[in-house]
Amino acid sequence: MAYAVELKDVSVKYGKINALKEISIQVAEGAFLGIIGPNGGGKTTLLKVILGLIEPEAGEVKIFGNPLSRAVDKIGYVPQISNFDRDFPISVLDVVLMARLGGRVRFFHQYKNEDIKKAEAVLDQLNLLQLKDRQIGKLSGGQLQRVLIARGLAVEPEILLLDEPTANVDASSSSQIYELLKNLNEDKTIIVATHDMAAVSSYFDTLACLNEKLYHHGDKYLDQETTEQVFGCPVDLIAHGHPHHVFAPHGEEENND
Amino acid sequence: MIDAILNYQFMQNAFFAAVLASIACGLIGTIIVEKKLVMLSGGIAHTSFGGIGLGYLLNIEPIYGAFGFAVAASLAIASIRRKIGTGSDTLIGMFWSLGMALGVLFIGFTPGYPPDISSYLFGDILTVRRMDVWLMGALTVFMILAITSLFNYWKAYLFDEEFLRVLGVKSTLLENFLFVMIALAIVILIRVVGIVLVIALLTAPPAAARLYTDNLKKIMGLAVVFGLLFSFSGLTFSYYYDLPSGAVIIITAVLFYFGSVVIKGRNE
Ligand SMILES: Nc1ncnc2c1ncn2[C@@H]1O[C@H](COP(=O)(O)OP(=O)(O)OP(=O)(O)O)[C@@H](O)[C@H]1O
Ligand SMILES: [Mg+2]
Repeated sequence: MAYAVELKDVSVKYGKINALKEISIQVAEGAFLGIIGPNGGGKTTLLKVILGLIEPEAGEVKIFGNPLSRAVDKIGYVPQISNFDRDFPISVLDVVLMARLGGRVRFFHQYKNEDIKKAEAVLDQLNLLQLKDRQIGKLSGGQLQRVLIARGLAVEPEILLLDEPTANVDASSSSQIYELLKNLNEDKTIIVATHDMAAVSSYFDTLACLNEKLYHHGDKYLDQETTEQVFGCPVDLIAHGHPHHVFAPHGEEENND
Repeated sequence: MIDAILNYQFMQNAFFAAVLASIACGLIGTIIVEKKLVMLSGGIAHTSFGGIGLGYLLNIEPIYGAFGFAVAASLAIASIRRKIGTGSDTLIGMFWSLGMALGVLFIGFTPGYPPDISSYLFGDILTVRRMDVWLMGALTVFMILAITSLFNYWKAYLFDEEFLRVLGVKSTLLENFLFVMIALAIVILIRVVGIVLVIALLTAPPAAARLYTDNLKKIMGLAVVFGLLFSFSGLTFSYYYDLPSGAVIIITAVLFYFGSVVIKGRNE
């Protein structure tokens, strides 16, 4: 079986800055992978490489065994919230409908009834249906975050990538979002870049630590040595008293240390 | 004035110019304001002055020269901007002055009396000719078609172009197309308000409209209506009181915007 996402020796440079260096990672179908690392560690860059937004300088990206160009419709993306102009005159429903545009430009395109139904169904699933006609600037940070998740889901992807989905969100919304992702994980592969260490210990089943290079990819228990290497200082990953149950190990995954 | 519009060709031309300019500024102006391309558009407008100078020098219609310069400048700015990323401010500033400098230089080289360039700089709606109206009309029809036929894509592009790229849509294509349309809109507006004043007419109607609605389509529609209001006030004043139309249009537009801010601010 092909991996959902497979990167081979991917390197990315911005001008002279190395953002990623020879990253190889294999994400099995159905995985719930957390990517952690310090600011500037390359998490966003890695997600963008998987999405095809950034062309890597070297290396290879495969989605379900195919090159990226043949798999765009399989990936949903939830970007970091801070990139938005929240004053933009667009309603919640219209944001989610964007996901239904498809990859080809068609003249006089109109959203079909089924597109609208799908968008509303996703909004309903995320408890946002009553907000569908609101302009996005009139939402709270957590609501907007869920709208973006709804948009990512409305693509009907097999893989969902999220960039810091709980960065602007209070603790209870944050756990709501992770519960939701956990549910979605039943039939989707999910990859999340995050700084939320509490979530790391309680929700993810695999973990990748990134700081230019990939220091760890495997189960979510890190030894102090690795965290020190990645963050430059010890980080307590299992500080929140969650039971140390281990998810059934994924046979395909290996430790890339 | 209605009489004059019915009876005199120069007033008919002015009437059509006012209508076409309002449509152009409502549609493209909304996009410019929402995509935060205001200064960039100012840069393109001023660069087109080089084309006007070249037109005089080569003895071709100056507005065609402006057309060529505006399109070339917008495509050049678009592609350089993509290369250097942020910091397009500096780039725009350079194009802005370079265009003006070239215009002045070309006009200096033009033999004979220096031509009267003030109608290109500040606009004069009563001197719009039939030929200008035809050009403006063709460009406006093209713009209406381009915006309505791709409306959902424009909306997505303006809001979040990265997501559009994730879906597999070529957003650079849309961007280049948009920049060309900005150039066209500027050419349409030059005869009416002139190069120097064009920015206010592109931004005041949509910015005022934004205060009244949260819906992109309605903003465009309302901006066209406001544009009509401003253009006709300019036309009226310049017909009855012999005031410079471009200046009147801009002053009405800006006063209307400030008025709207005050009124809407009080309501909320
Ligand atoms: N557009 C860009 N131009 C130049 N350098 C960039 C750009 N984007 C990111 N970088 C650099 O690439 C490196 C990785 O950045 P990236 O945004 O992927 O980090 P991150 O792990 O997402 O950080 P954060 O936790 O702050 O979101 C950083 O050193 C950053 O300075
Ligand atoms: Mg990031």
